[in-house]
Amino acid sequence: MTEYIIRNGFVFDPTQGIKGDKADIAVKDGKIVKSTEVSSKAKTVDASGKTVMAGAVEIHAHIAGPKVNEGRNYRPEDKLFTYKPKSASSRMAGGFSIPTTFKTGYEYARMGYTTAMEAAMPPLYARHVHEEIKDTPIIDEGAYPVFGNNWFVLEYLKNREIENTCAYISWLLEASKGYAVKVVNPGGTEAWGWGLNCLTIDDPVPYFDITPREIVTGLIEANETLGLPHSVHIHQNSLGNPGNYTVTLDTLKLAEGFRAKNKFGREQVLHSTHLQFHSYGGDSWANFESKSKEVMDYVNKQKNITIDTGCVTLDETTTMTADGPFEHHLTELNHLKWANVDVELETAAGIVPYIYSPDIKVCEIQWAIGLELALMAKDPMRCFITTDHPNAGPFTRYPRIIKWLMSAEARKKQIESFKHGAKMVEATHIAGIDRELSLYDIAQMTRAGPAKALGLSHQYGGLAPGMDADIVVYDFNPEKPHKPEDIEKAFSAAAYVMKTGVPVVINGEIVSNGNKRTLWVKAKVNENPQVMRDIRDKFLKYYSVTQANYDVSSHFVPNPHVIEVDATH
Amino acid sequence: METVTITMKNQPKLYLEADNVSPDKFAGKKASEIAALHAYEGREQTTLGKYFEIAGEGGATAADTRIIVKGDVSRVKYIGMKMSAGEVLVEQSPDMYTGAWMQGGKLVVKGNVDSFAGIGMKGGEFLIDGNAGDYLGAAYRGDWRGMQGGLIRVKGSAGSDIGYFMNGGTIIVHGNTDVHVGTHMEGGRIVIKGNAPSKVGGQMVGGEIFVYGTIDVMMPGFKYVQDEEVEVDGERSKFALYYGDTGERHPKRKGQIVYGKLYLKI
Repeated sequence: MTEYIIRNGFVFDPTQGIKGDKADIAVKDGKIVKSTEVSSKAKTVDASGKTVMAGAVEIHAHIAGPKVNEGRNYRPEDKLFTYKPKSASSRMAGGFSIPTTFKTGYEYARMGYTTAMEAAMPPLYARHVHEEIKDTPIIDEGAYPVFGNNWFVLEYLKNREIENTCAYISWLLEASKGYAVKVVNPGGTEAWGWGLNCLTIDDPVPYFDITPREIVTGLIEANETLGLPHSVHIHQNSLGNPGNYTVTLDTLKLAEGFRAKNKFGREQVLHSTHLQFHSYGGDSWANFESKSKEVMDYVNKQKNITIDTGCVTLDETTTMTADGPFEHHLTELNHLKWANVDVELETAAGIVPYIYSPDIKVCEIQWAIGLELALMAKDPMRCFITTDHPNAGPFTRYPRIIKWLMSAEARKKQIESFKHGAKMVEATHIAGIDRELSLYDIAQMTRAGPAKALGLSHQYGGLAPGMDADIVVYDFNPEKPHKPEDIEKAFSAAAYVMKTGVPVVINGEIVSNGNKRTLWVKAKVNENPQVMRDIRDKFLKYYSVTQANYDVSSHFVPNPHVIEVDATH
Repeated sequence: METVTITMKNQPKLYLEADNVSPDKFAGKKASEIAALHAYEGREQTTLGKYFEIAGEGGATAADTRIIVKGDVSRVKYIGMKMSAGEVLVEQSPDMYTGAWMQGGKLVVKGNVDSFAGIGMKGGEFLIDGNAGDYLGAAYRGDWRGMQGGLIRVKGSAGSDIGYFMNGGTIIVHGNTDVHVGTHMEGGRIVIKGNAPSKVGGQMVGGEIFVYGTIDVMMPGFKYVQDEEVEVDGERSKFALYYGDTGERHPKRKGQIVYGKLYLKI
């Protein structure tokens, strides 16, 4: 029985409404308990003068799988001068925008993240995703299989067969050991197989003759019929195009009329990811402008939507998405190398390096939009900080984003350093926003909020007794004056991180590889012989592998944490 | 200007990564401090002093520092890496990555250099009395930012893939080169005073390549435009000008399509 008590820190815990009060957090056997429940033998961690939060929860990052690995393969230059030799408790680690699996685990842990979700798993390559997840130390992980361009889904939803869609989702979540229903450019990626795209929610998908509108509403209905822990998680149509905010609003409105049905306390029916890429005005790069206000005005009043920001960090990075046509569009813009993959009946992917330069007006505007979304969010429990790693920047820049969000002075300094600062200010709202997020807001946006949206608020994102002992101590005293740089420094390397009761980081250094788990969702549905037959048929007719070689068997997931859902009726 | 002389005394068993042999790193340091600078032999971190006898001390700045490298350095990589000023003289033939990402100053090699010399070079002068290996003034593996500026002059011949993804600066080879010259080149100038067998300017977007000798097989994507007299390396000569690679994208500047230029001496 291992017991700990983390004493005297300034605690920020939205699940209990604690806003920086001094408190002790007690831990017994990997769980948080009341301070009275640990014995006098409990090891003490002195957190006096420091900030204490729950372990942070990453809701959207591309950190494992074939797409990420192709990025690593074709960008050796991303690893140049980044390697760190092994130490007693960590393996050799390197890479910047597409770090090795080991570096991914270590860097998340050092920043105080204890859970992360891989945002797009091609089901056919789910084994590769799980092999990489297995090799990513410390953090709990899950992966979202992609459904928005899947032939089964397109056919069932074309005929409004929600029950069959549910049965297929249930089967695929189990076969791929997936966590949630991810949708990437609904219909558009399939259309890319014909050299086309779906740029509005009413553009029909070739051959299947279904629209993104029908795909999204059908999947929301199926998701809520199943009562999955997370909602439909959507990367919308027309990503990255000037003027796309109208498509964004059209898609968000599809959530109207749906109510969340689940036993996990999740309230949203639609999570709109990396919204920065979808909040663009203008009709060309010349008159490109921020439409964050229009988008956030809608998000703020629509309670059944959550978002994450997709903040641009002004780095050289690697874009990678299942949005095949978008990546082609991007390589035509920047002429850098392009990788494209088609995944049979399921999805596709593209990869292109990208430099978000502080000397380019469009990049400066993108930087502003990402931050505006978070600064305009009225409910920090529904708006989460991401960089859509590595698309808008590497996740290792979260501390810098937190600095920009918490300090108007830091934003002002950044704007002054831009080459086109004045023009950028004209096209955005950022200069007129003086809001500075509090540590409590940050705890909501990085911990309690994403945990709740994932249906995991019973175990992650808070410090209430009974929750997993994922605890972070930052060397940051909220009662003392500080410079903006102090925020970034404190959040970059936590003073202490505990993951389910095991200390994994002390003074910013990795001390243990922890007890990593893989989360997946087992949704039980009524027997559905038709869907089982359809699956068999498709494997015989179209897939390049047999059904027997498709399933992610349990040895790929050595330490599973299964969330069960009963949707039988 | 202060001079530091480093002389090979103990050959490394494996190859030595000596990126600290640079005026920027030696500046302001005494011999003992220079000896303590780290290097890698395989995966082991070690120090320069284990391999080199070090005499003299660095100047106040990189610009005031001159390094002479004596002895057999055929197992030493990265000499002069990222140097921004000052001088380095290598008396014999170093291994790969000599002068990689060089930014300024002067680097002279009396012998030959192996592959990847001057990759990603941004400025300065890099003179090689002997021959150069492959990927001279090219981009690092995977990168699209080859040589950006400065001058590389090779008195002997060069290997294949020189000026790969080059977009600035000048490479002059007095002898011959192997295949693949200026692949993906977007700017800068490559001058070959000898012959280049084939694949010259493949996927070239911009920039100039001059060949004084012969090309055995021209790339099919080049078309003859006209004869032109051009001044190259201080002397005027007449060349047949070809535009290319016509199979590649080409940007427009002031309404005109910009092509890569391949000049063949008449």
